[in-house]
Amino acid sequence: MSTPEPVAVLGAGMHEWGKWGRSFHEYGIEAALRALDDAGIDWADVEFVAGGETVRNGYPGYVAAATIAQALGWNGARVATCYAACASGVTALDAARARILAGLCDVALVVGADTTPKGFLAPVAGERWDDPDWLRFRLLGATNPTYFALYARRRMDLYGATDADFARVKVKNARHGLHNPNARYRKEVTMEEVLASPMVADPLRLLEICATSDGAAAVVLTSMDYARKHAAGSSPVRIRAVSTVTPRFPNTVIEMPNVSTDSAAALALPELSFRDSIAAGAYEEAGIGPDELSLAEVYDLSTALELDWYENIGICKPGEAEKLLNDGDTTIGGRIPVNPSGGLACFGEAVPAQAIAQVCEVTWQLRGQATGRQVEGATAGITVNQGLFGHGSAVLLTT
Amino acid sequence: MSTTAVPAVEGWFTTDAEPHLLGTRCTTCGTVFFPKADGFCRNPACRGRDFEEVELSRTGKVWSYTDAQYQPPPPYLPATDPYEPFALAAVELDAEQVVILGQVATGYGVDDLAVGAPVELVVEPLYEIDGVEHLIYRWRPVAP
Repeated sequence: MSTPEPVAVLGAGMHEWGKWGRSFHEYGIEAALRALDDAGIDWADVEFVAGGETVRNGYPGYVAAATIAQALGWNGARVATCYAACASGVTALDAARARILAGLCDVALVVGADTTPKGFLAPVAGERWDDPDWLRFRLLGATNPTYFALYARRRMDLYGATDADFARVKVKNARHGLHNPNARYRKEVTMEEVLASPMVADPLRLLEICATSDGAAAVVLTSMDYARKHAAGSSPVRIRAVSTVTPRFPNTVIEMPNVSTDSAAALALPELSFRDSIAAGAYEEAGIGPDELSLAEVYDLSTALELDWYENIGICKPGEAEKLLNDGDTTIGGRIPVNPSGGLACFGEAVPAQAIAQVCEVTWQLRGQATGRQVEGATAGITVNQGLFGHGSAVLLTT
Repeated sequence: MSTTAVPAVEGWFTTDAEPHLLGTRCTTCGTVFFPKADGFCRNPACRGRDFEEVELSRTGKVWSYTDAQYQPPPPYLPATDPYEPFALAAVELDAEQVVILGQVATGYGVDDLAVGAPVELVVEPLYEIDGVEHLIYRWRPVAP
């Protein structure tokens, strides 16, 4: 596989994360308009609209890209809506990038927006005995935090991670997101507050599990040729790789929403675990390795999961994530800041928007526009995420 | 009091005194699947289409564990009112090299579990509908 041409991120925009209960497309329009204004591109000039699907808003959510395109005023653009759970946004982004690299269009808008219920994310209603996402709730009462907690407990038993290590991730991210205007939670949190919050799924406490939020994010992607003509003299942030890999059989890590793993009895384990293979796919495509990163935005569905990601993206070896955290390496000002945006800890999850929001943050960091949370001199960043049912998601961006 | 009891899900486990989970084995490559797979083997190196039902090992070792301190949302049906927290364990079966998630048997919590600890399969009531008890497989800690 050869290294692909980059595409330019000319615009990035978000609607603030929060909980308002309005229709998802209202947030999506704001994010899209902000991204278009940021790019200096008129909606009429957008040739392709890619949207992250939301399953919670009925038909308009299933056809999110068209819903938002109609709300902005039909302009005849080509359209695609993508579903990959938490990875939906990057699947949409990859569709736009592929279309640009194929020479089929020069300007694409990628948008994701969601409005979520309070409390646990629950499966779609109805009796669905052939749906693993329904079965895990009905038969086991296994919520999303159940899975996060299994990984957390395993870190404790295998690597000696402690409650204090996990709490420190939250304290770090809360501080990172303090001045992020798009974050929902902008408040310092102490170790004591984290450790005093109610236990949800042992060993994870309420302040260690990400909330569900309303929000929207959008980016405007263009060909490098278009970017050079449109913004002569400036050098746009470039997408160097996108990884939307699936697992390799046998995947022996229990994953949402499954009640079991593959069996490794008949076939040897793959070289990389699924989560390791997500960032590896981006590094291989870009020809850029973890040593060259200035920052990373990882999917901290829980505090403990952020530590797993340090190892999965190769910024430390297995079992060394707690040391990396406690040495301050992943704090802004450290060697490789992780989640300078504040991460899901400060945002809460707006599923189809979240992977795009990660790309917005890295874009602003690479432009030097991340006021109050800037990673100085950032030149390369990766986003990484995993959508249930086997969806990897990583984007590697450079100046 | 309930007079009858049925499995909460068809074909996943037996309900005899020493219950087993029920899976399928690909007759071409030997890969085991739980819940049952049929139609086409998921091993990408295999084109097998024929499967036989197998009883899985009824003992294994804890891969990891947790509990549910808050009542899960529907379609979970709480067995008690008020809600009582329960524990869950992901358990690795040695022979099949597969990890299976289940609730932990009534009366046991996270303090009774550790990664690597041995457990065995039991079948217990999960919820009741119109006087009919619905049963589910669970993992019960055993002395090592």
